[in-house]
Amino acid sequence: MDDLYRDYILDHYKQPRNFGELDPHDLEALEHNPLCGDELGVHIRVKDGRIEDLRFHGHGCAISQASASIASEELKGMELEQVGALDADWMIELLGIPVSATRRKCALLNLKVVRGAVTGDNAWPT
Amino acid sequence: MRTPSGGRARVRSDFPIFAREFDGRPLVYLDSAATSQKPAVVIEAVADHLRNHNANVHRGVYALAQEADAAYDGARRAVAGFAGAQTDTTIFTKNVTEAINLVAYAWGRANLGPGDAVLITQAEHHANIVPWQVLCRERGAALRYLEVDENGELSLAALDAELARGDVRLVAFTHVSNVLGTINPVAEMTARVRAAGAVSLIDGAQAVPHMAVDVGAIGADFYAWTGHKALGPTGVGVLHGRREILEAMEPFLTGGDMIASVDFQSATWNELPAKFEAGTPMVAEAVGLRAAVDYLGRLGMDQVRAHERALTAYMLERLAQVPGLRVVGPAEADARGGLVSFTIDGMHPHDIAELANRAGVCIRAGHHCAQPLMRCLGVNATARASVGVYNEPADIDALVDALVRGREIFGL
Repeated sequence: MDDLYRDYILDHYKQPRNFGELDPHDLEALEHNPLCGDELGVHIRVKDGRIEDLRFHGHGCAISQASASIASEELKGMELEQVGALDADWMIELLGIPVSATRRKCALLNLKVVRGAVTGDNAWPT
Repeated sequence: MRTPSGGRARVRSDFPIFAREFDGRPLVYLDSAATSQKPAVVIEAVADHLRNHNANVHRGVYALAQEADAAYDGARRAVAGFAGAQTDTTIFTKNVTEAINLVAYAWGRANLGPGDAVLITQAEHHANIVPWQVLCRERGAALRYLEVDENGELSLAALDAELARGDVRLVAFTHVSNVLGTINPVAEMTARVRAAGAVSLIDGAQAVPHMAVDVGAIGADFYAWTGHKALGPTGVGVLHGRREILEAMEPFLTGGDMIASVDFQSATWNELPAKFEAGTPMVAEAVGLRAAVDYLGRLGMDQVRAHERALTAYMLERLAQVPGLRVVGPAEADARGGLVSFTIDGMHPHDIAELANRAGVCIRAGHHCAQPLMRCLGVNATARASVGVYNEPADIDALVDALVRGREIFGL
């Protein structure tokens, strides 16, 4: 068994959850991974200060796609205030695999996009 | 390929880094298009200069300073000779990027205006795109692109058609594409550009280290290449220029060493090539590059090309056996430099490179600083394997084994 490309990672990569467009939506953002030029966008529908529903769109490697897919399941229903406080450790722990320094941005791109949509702050999560 | 002591194994053993292991595996280095590994003679030449001959250049009267002068000036003579260029029209720069910026700034700003055009190709590295974008925006000139066809090649008829429009002042193009691998017909292109009264600039980063290049015979007005891809150190690049153009140009960077005299309000410029080398130059790096071109010269560039062409042909043959793998660029090794970009259905290029790394195989993945070309190819990224004088068919086998194993991991 590969320590990085585990079955659940590849499962999320091949059949990503919550991918596509979401219309109408209240919040959106689009970001690029400077390493590879891959892009990832998000549409978010908000209700009562929470993420009611969201969809990612774009393309990327197994790490970035699986990260977005896995995160999407956690983000649904989360309070917007809470989203702004999510950090890199949250994402890496959720992913559950050893991510090398060079692949870190692949894993964090989705959180950068979501935080940008929710808070307007599009800094890389730390 | 022969060396003074003879034999292929000898070439690999000239490069100390291949003594390293990664997780008990030998280093399989297939990323020479990004940077080459360095033979011991280069490492030792840099160390020897710093250890025994270091002084600032062009300033000292003492014996040590004269040794440093001789080393730097000798490096320039050797490097110019290696590329078929003249010594005093050979300028040391930091890298190809700086060389192209030098031309865009010092030639472009004085010679381009509204109604003029710069022509480049869709296959350029960002280093040969962005300086022209900035220049054209500043000067109100147009930036146009020659298309790359589905085989990764340029059309001389399309170049003729662009030149016939009468507004093209400069044409910049790569000698060997860092993504497609295509070897462009540079001599035919420069002849057409010159006949149209325009200036040519060639990015030779992927050519000079891998084949015999005669800058004089190619006839380019500017030809740039870099040391670190040619077995030399980082931090030293080369710009060869046509004498009358260089002499008519204002300097790029200004300061020490590039002046003839300085008054309170003004200065006059030094002769070529010093006019374009402001400040203390990269002396140890130039000395290292000299050792690199001397080494390549001993191998013989025709032998280097033959070796890498054979490896590229073998790589194309082996990669074709991997299901779902698609190669971009020319199908024939004769039309290519020693690099092959590819995609695999169902695997992102970064995952391909990551899986190759697991087998100790170093390849590159991404947009290769050529995002416009990626768009033309209809991909976001590719994986790229590239060879150097030290590679063997076994390196290609290791790559292909890693790709096959990677497909299994991905359940393909």
